[in-house]
Amino acid sequence: MAIIKVTRPKLTLLEKLYFPSIVKGMFVTFKHAIRSLRGKSLGADSLNSSGLGVTMQYPEQKWDDHLPEHYRGVPALVTDEQDRERCVSCQLCEFICPPKAITIIPGEIESDDPWAKVEKRPKEFDIDMTRCIYCGMCEEVCPEQAIFLRKDYAMTGLSRADMVNDKERLYEIGGVRTGLVNKWNEIK
Amino acid sequence: MDPTLILVLTTLIKIVTFTFMLTLPMVAYSVYAERRVSAIIQDRVGPNRTGIPLTLFGFKKDLHFSGLLQPLADGLKFFLKEEHTPSHVRKFFFWIAPVLTIVPALLTLCVVPFGSSITVFGEQVKLVIADIDVGPLFVFAIASLSVYGITLAGWSSNNKFSFFGGVRSCAQMISYEIALGLSVIPVLMVFGQLNLSDIVQSQADGGWTLLPLWNEHGSVFDADYWKNSGGQWLLMIPLFISFIVFTISIFAETNRMPFDLPECETELVGGYHTEYSAMKFALFFMGEYAAMIVGSALIVTLFFGGWSIGFGLDAHVADWAFGGLVHLVAFLTKVIAFIIFFIWVRWTLPRFRYDQLMKLGWVVFFELALVNIFLTAGIMMLVN
Repeated sequence: MAIIKVTRPKLTLLEKLYFPSIVKGMFVTFKHAIRSLRGKSLGADSLNSSGLGVTMQYPEQKWDDHLPEHYRGVPALVTDEQDRERCVSCQLCEFICPPKAITIIPGEIESDDPWAKVEKRPKEFDIDMTRCIYCGMCEEVCPEQAIFLRKDYAMTGLSRADMVNDKERLYEIGGVRTGLVNKWNEIK
Repeated sequence: MDPTLILVLTTLIKIVTFTFMLTLPMVAYSVYAERRVSAIIQDRVGPNRTGIPLTLFGFKKDLHFSGLLQPLADGLKFFLKEEHTPSHVRKFFFWIAPVLTIVPALLTLCVVPFGSSITVFGEQVKLVIADIDVGPLFVFAIASLSVYGITLAGWSSNNKFSFFGGVRSCAQMISYEIALGLSVIPVLMVFGQLNLSDIVQSQADGGWTLLPLWNEHGSVFDADYWKNSGGQWLLMIPLFISFIVFTISIFAETNRMPFDLPECETELVGGYHTEYSAMKFALFFMGEYAAMIVGSALIVTLFFGGWSIGFGLDAHVADWAFGGLVHLVAFLTKVIAFIIFFIWVRWTLPRFRYDQLMKLGWVVFFELALVNIFLTAGIMMLVN
């Protein structure tokens, strides 16, 4: 290994006295204070700050517009454009889920139902958000593209029971997602 | 009324007002100011929403007053937290240590003149709790006691890191106390007395120590001043040096930022108060901030004219019966300005290394303060 001799910088008298540097430093912080009081801190615009400094005041202002495309939030079920449940309760997501957050109770579709061909839909579909690790494996494994990780990130509740998303809630978060899903195809 | 009765009553009122109604709220709010000002310096917001939670009572909106009620919430939290005394500590010293840090800080307040004087029942009442003739000496004697609190806290915690923090703090405070004491001597030489009220009075008459713009010879802008005062302005040099040494020593004495080595959490896990919880910890915290307020008050009193408004206005204000209260406001303004300066420095300068700190105390400031005394004496001899 090459030995590199580091020479200490030769300081001028003013630098050795510390004092001018301290005063200089004080001005740097003072400039910051003035800037943040005027709401002109560096980066305030790009971070959507509330006016003082660069802080975004969370519950009032949200990060939503800044979420990246690939952001993975709360998992949810989606319906298609005709309000049909995409899930066929195959339980693959329940099986793959690493923290075992998903619980599915499958149910049959009665024969007189217009969508009876599909045969199954979930009777109960619970995702325990105290367990979910947002890994996205349920989304990956779903053959019917029925479960997606959406952009919601503020999942809160006052009890453990509050944190369990039932089927209704999951469809509410998931909303409608358009696009062809093969299971509705009569020929298939 | 009987003058003795008035003296006793006014002294009691002064003690209650200055200590419990003025200084303790100031301690609480300097913590708030520290959090807010540091946030502003660091482009953050700080505590800005603790207020009256009207939504709890069914109203639409909370009143937040920019978080001004935060200190109350903090205090309540400290009272409600679990008070825990570890089993391995020396109980008596462990309990007495927080008291020993806060009491000296509050005691020193009694010689600081808060304002000029007000007239009550025809008696002149000076706005200082104890108008004694050994002001600065009293302050140093009492302030140096707070080192016992910190050392005892470190020792009685029976924990190596706390002990180390306590010892470090002790060494630091002693090394700066000498510079602190020596740096005031030039000021005392110039004023020729030790009574803080009289020092402030002469500053009100003849210009502040560091800003002598008005004096018996007229303004500095007047040509006569330069002729008649006989080179008095030369005294500004040693006084400025002593101001610098005094201020930096106060920073070290109050364990404030560039010198907050006793509680360096990276090395000492919090330092001498690691084992303390709830209100006992809060007492250390309050002691530190009270010391900061006393330090600012001392700097203001000795170098920036104390309660004096300056510009020759003091004589007019003093004519009113309650003119002292105007002076009180002037004094508090200056102290608050200095507290903000303390906070500003804290968020500007990085922490000193311990050997640098000792070197600064013993090698630089001790000598500088000592030479400064001779310099002052020489100039005073020349001037007269």
